[in-house]
Amino acid sequence: MSARAPVRALLVVLGIVILGVFPLVFSNPTTTSIAFFTVVFMVCASAWNMFAGSSGYIALGHAVYFGCGAYALTLLANHLGFAAGWGVFALVPVAGIVAGLIAIPTGLIALRARRHTFVVITIAFMFIFQLAAFNLGFTGGSSGLQPPTPLWSVKTYNDNFYYVIALVLLATVALSWLVRRSRFGLQLLAIRDDEERARGLGVRVGRVKLTAFILSAIPVGMAGGVYAYFLGQIFPQFAFDPLFDLSIALMAFLGGLGTVAGPLLGALVLESLQQYFTVQYGASQAYLIIYGALFLVVVLLLPRGVIPSVEELISRWRSRSGAPEPEPGETGRTGGGVVEAGAR
Amino acid sequence: MSALIEAESVSKAFGGLQALSDCSLSVAKGSIAGLIGPNGSGKTTLFNVMTGYDRCSSGEVRFDGQSITRSTPERVFALGVGRTFQITRLFFRLTVLENMLVATQRHEGWTRSVARRAGSAAERARALELLDFVGLSRLARSPAGNLSYGQRKLLELASLLVADPAVLLLDEPTAGVNPTLIKQLTERIRELNRAGKTFLVVEHNMEFVMGLCHEVTVLHQGRALKSGTPEQVRADPAVLDAYLGGADDDNE
Repeated sequence: MSARAPVRALLVVLGIVILGVFPLVFSNPTTTSIAFFTVVFMVCASAWNMFAGSSGYIALGHAVYFGCGAYALTLLANHLGFAAGWGVFALVPVAGIVAGLIAIPTGLIALRARRHTFVVITIAFMFIFQLAAFNLGFTGGSSGLQPPTPLWSVKTYNDNFYYVIALVLLATVALSWLVRRSRFGLQLLAIRDDEERARGLGVRVGRVKLTAFILSAIPVGMAGGVYAYFLGQIFPQFAFDPLFDLSIALMAFLGGLGTVAGPLLGALVLESLQQYFTVQYGASQAYLIIYGALFLVVVLLLPRGVIPSVEELISRWRSRSGAPEPEPGETGRTGGGVVEAGAR
Repeated sequence: MSALIEAESVSKAFGGLQALSDCSLSVAKGSIAGLIGPNGSGKTTLFNVMTGYDRCSSGEVRFDGQSITRSTPERVFALGVGRTFQITRLFFRLTVLENMLVATQRHEGWTRSVARRAGSAAERARALELLDFVGLSRLARSPAGNLSYGQRKLLELASLLVADPAVLLLDEPTAGVNPTLIKQLTERIRELNRAGKTFLVVEHNMEFVMGLCHEVTVLHQGRALKSGTPEQVRADPAVLDAYLGGADDDNE
């Protein structure tokens, strides 16, 4: 990021504080419920971007891992006799691991292909898993499953879920940042730009891509688990939802593909808007129109997303106003420099 | 002199097109070898076979006595064979310095790369040193896509040097590069060669090849037509024939 390091640190601290105190300030259950869903999508968009944004492989099947996390948590809680309450949250990491395990074979298969073929294969996986959830015995078919429902007071019910998913978000963003600055992250970016040449420079592209794919599936699975527990019921068409895939991709595109902050911003804007419209007007599908319009605006005006465009503006403004450029961004950091660096 | 990298009776066909047939090439350790030939004579295919990008249908490729015939490009590079491409390939959206850091993992286990930073202080210093060597250090922070064509060629070469390969395969390093930069490139290759690096250079620029290479191999219709010193090759009637006529299907 072209912002100076202290500014960046301040923004990070501010973000964490807002995340922490939000339900205390806005304690209305309607608001906290919106906040919960927003953070769920921030986790998913951030995790998705860790793989797709860095490697350029636009996966549209992460609903597989979301749904598997949801089903894993519900099935385990029911079959292992978990009492409704805080104990069930212990299964959230397990849901993430299940999603990560499922990402191994699906990733191995999908990553044999590149670009468009890869996208189609990931979509196909999503529908295969949805069909399986409809038709397998243990998933309850079309009537879905119910995880245990905790008997918390209405006042704090949402908050408990909110704080759990907020913790997952912090871990996901930390992971995403670590990947971005690691050599592994650089190898992913190299694959995005020219996979054949990356091989010629000794990058083991197969392993690198699969690792990133698995790493990105785990937080999505955890989010799916928390989501299922919060809703108290899951159905195949919502656990494995094609709109979920489009949403998280659009969120990352809006904020800035391949940046750490971009997907967070995108999810914050889009998901809270969608929830707001749903609550306010009861029009649960109206957001699709807005998504379409926003997507057009992004493609036409900010093809690289909000964060890279704003960064570029700032650094242009800085160099124009004659202020000395700060020590130029270290490699591996978000954002490039003065010049059009492509979608960073 | 022992051969550092060699291809022995390599054949490769693309459908009905026999790109290489029973082609042999040997590059002595510590030498600068040239590979010339008319368009379509199989030079780039031979490069691809030698670096794991293409598999040959018969024959063998050896590096330092070890067979690399069925190796992947990743593995060939890890052993110490670096290559550039005919049409320069860089990571255009990464900065020049980031381009330099991609190859640094050569000497290290793969799992470590997940946890560690993109470049240690020593690696960055070495990368900047090499950028200085090719005259690009002041552009370290700009995106590689902003470089001129000649600068891209230099960066492509420098980004291989980070990993310290034993042999460098350069595919048309002077194509589209201005004379000043060609001179600079020649000097750099000589300097690296003195430091012990082995080169195999594909070129159309005869002046460049004849002035630089210790040994030149002429490829014609997928076969090694002639190997020898630049003088021997230049005087060979078969070589003149291949270049100046006789095989009209090769001339473009």
